[in-house]
Amino acid sequence: MSAAPQKAKAGAEKIEVTVSAVVPLNPLVTRFEFTRRDGQPFPPFSAGAHTVVEMRDGARTRLNPYSLMSDPGDSSIYAISVRRDDQGRGGSLFLHNQVKVGDPMTITYPVNLFPLDLRGRKHVFLAGGIGITPFLAMIAHLERMGGAWELHYSCRSKELGTYVDELTYKHPNKVHVYFDDQDQAIGLEDLLDGQPLGTHVYVCGPKGMIDWVHATAAAHGWPDENVHSEEFLAPQPGKPFEVRLCKSDITIQVGEHESLLEAMERCGVDAPFLCRGGACGQCETDVVSSDGDFVHRDHWLDDDEHASGKKIMPCVSRFVGKSLVLDR
Amino acid sequence: MTIQFNTETFRDDYSFRNSDWAIKRFPFPFHEDSYMYSVNMEQHRGGPAGSVYEKRFDVDEHYVSEMADRAIVLAEDPLRCQSLPHMTLAGWDTLELIMVSKSEDYPDLFELHRDGDRWRWINKPMGIDHTFTFLDETTLPCGPLEYITRQAQGDYAVLDQRGDMLYMDAGMVTTQADWSLDFDIGMDFFEWHAPVPLAHEMGIFKRALKFLLNIQQGAPARRLNWTMTVNPLLDTSPENYHKWGVQKTTLTPENIGAKQHLRVELQTFYRLPRSNALLFPIRCYLIAFQDLVTVPKWGRRLHRVVRDLPEELATYKGFIANRPLMLDYLSRYDDGLPTSPGIWPDLETEPPLQT
Ligand code: HEM
Ligand code: FES
Repeated sequence: MSAAPQKAKAGAEKIEVTVSAVVPLNPLVTRFEFTRRDGQPFPPFSAGAHTVVEMRDGARTRLNPYSLMSDPGDSSIYAISVRRDDQGRGGSLFLHNQVKVGDPMTITYPVNLFPLDLRGRKHVFLAGGIGITPFLAMIAHLERMGGAWELHYSCRSKELGTYVDELTYKHPNKVHVYFDDQDQAIGLEDLLDGQPLGTHVYVCGPKGMIDWVHATAAAHGWPDENVHSEEFLAPQPGKPFEVRLCKSDITIQVGEHESLLEAMERCGVDAPFLCRGGACGQCETDVVSSDGDFVHRDHWLDDDEHASGKKIMPCVSRFVGKSLVLDR
Repeated sequence: MTIQFNTETFRDDYSFRNSDWAIKRFPFPFHEDSYMYSVNMEQHRGGPAGSVYEKRFDVDEHYVSEMADRAIVLAEDPLRCQSLPHMTLAGWDTLELIMVSKSEDYPDLFELHRDGDRWRWINKPMGIDHTFTFLDETTLPCGPLEYITRQAQGDYAVLDQRGDMLYMDAGMVTTQADWSLDFDIGMDFFEWHAPVPLAHEMGIFKRALKFLLNIQQGAPARRLNWTMTVNPLLDTSPENYHKWGVQKTTLTPENIGAKQHLRVELQTFYRLPRSNALLFPIRCYLIAFQDLVTVPKWGRRLHRVVRDLPEELATYKGFIANRPLMLDYLSRYDDGLPTSPGIWPDLETEPPLQT
């Protein structure tokens, strides 16, 4: 059937916002708060959700995902906390250097790829650095609903311990902080062994930390479904390459510092996406033919699919070789 | 428009009737002269004025009577509404979504006044005026899911999403086409779909699941499904098969036009904001063959679809034994003329039946 044929737009629904506060938290991290331009309350969101922030940086449009870290019970603002990445592709630098209170911006409806397992009798959060952000919303949620939780938070130093003071002040018995520069580290094995049945573990931080938690939990007999992680991959730069898009009937060039998805968008192709970080599966694209090597970087396709050369996730993956033709 | 609510039954004397208005807006499910399973999903963003697709939750002339029928079913069998402990938040999400949508879409029938967590809900057709505290179960007479779905037409399955899978962990199911919430509770997407023929082999469920996992807040989707029901029964459940199954043998050439109903489900899909669960409302519309064939295009097309439907589907949908009888009746409304594409009645442009 088709009652009202409409073409689905790529990405989640959008919300027009105004930057209502810019709060530097330490030399690297700044919080940005948004209010809605139409005066309506924000949609409620589930803890762990992210929003994609649209940045008009000169001629370029950047779209970066950030975890919503405000209280999900507060529909008057949305807030994100952003770590400045001097080596990155510029999204965080744009926010830190260009965005001021009063600026109009566009963000998307919340999308949750890192939800709480609501069956959990207890939730153990493991944060590394800026990976603290989704846990702030989860903690606010569990405090309201009366859920059991504890946080183990590892930071480089006291100075860079984003939200450490606030968290330890509010929840002195549930928050445990570890500073790298004081040689403190999360005692993961003991921590995992001491948990009651029905506990869920969540990790957000650098890739090494995520892998370490998954491997250690597996070795200690934890079921996979009780261990949750979120890692947003930023697209990595790479050699420019050419792609033929057969449905759109155009050939495009992917530059060194843009992703394949961004190049398609720049050329006016309305390609699907949600997370832009290799996790949601929305951008999955069929390969019609290829002569060369894929640089797969997503978490979505399995190893067999990566090896098959039949699929690519344009938000993070690239290609090196003679020719690539996609069904898009 | 104000809706004139019918007083009618879906059991015993079967006084259910569709008005001319309800016939014209019936969600006819066939966009062409044949039917096969497909991933027939589209966005649920309204539709033509007056159609069943226009509002988020369609309210029609059967509302009050359908809710009375639901109350009877629940009194006999409380297990038709279940919610596993972790699904209470999704129940509140459902309550909020339905109250907000109905009060915005039908301001003359429903009102919602919110002062922080203190909410006042007014349901005029059902004579309800209730003040309660949002997220506080002790201020409602029953759980939030049961409370609101006793006031909303259609069945509701509430799916928890965990590790790229959906689980049927809550629901209100009293108007179903021969499946059981009590049997399916806790099952995953592939388990509860196991009885469906052909679709698994066609890869439909794999693709459908991927689509559902990616349904986002603010961007609901919908699809239609259909089957056949003898007598306008809402509750065709396995639990009560002994009551309605035998009625299928009462069809005769004389009574088939009145007794045989096409049953269409308008299924919608919403991502729930607080719980991240997926809400799956299944709204059932019934139409007697004799009413359906008053739309010439639909009469022609239904004959062709029923005639050419693969045997597996006619068996699964439970009308293989009555198919010859149906075809005898329907063939009188098929003059062989071509039909216009799409689901709409096209009464002005399609020719009347040629005899
Ligand atoms: C999460 C949402 C969904 C729920 C809760 C659900 C539930 C069900 C149930 C309970 C049945 C009856 C199975 C039985 O015989 O016991 C069914 C049948 C079926 N479902 Fe779904 N379903 C969902 C989504 C979908 C989607 C997205 C598709 C898309 C193709 C689909 C396709 C079908 C088909 C083709 C049948 C057979 C219907 C017939 O021939 O009458 N379902 N579903
Ligand atoms: S956009 Fe989510 S995987 Fe590519």
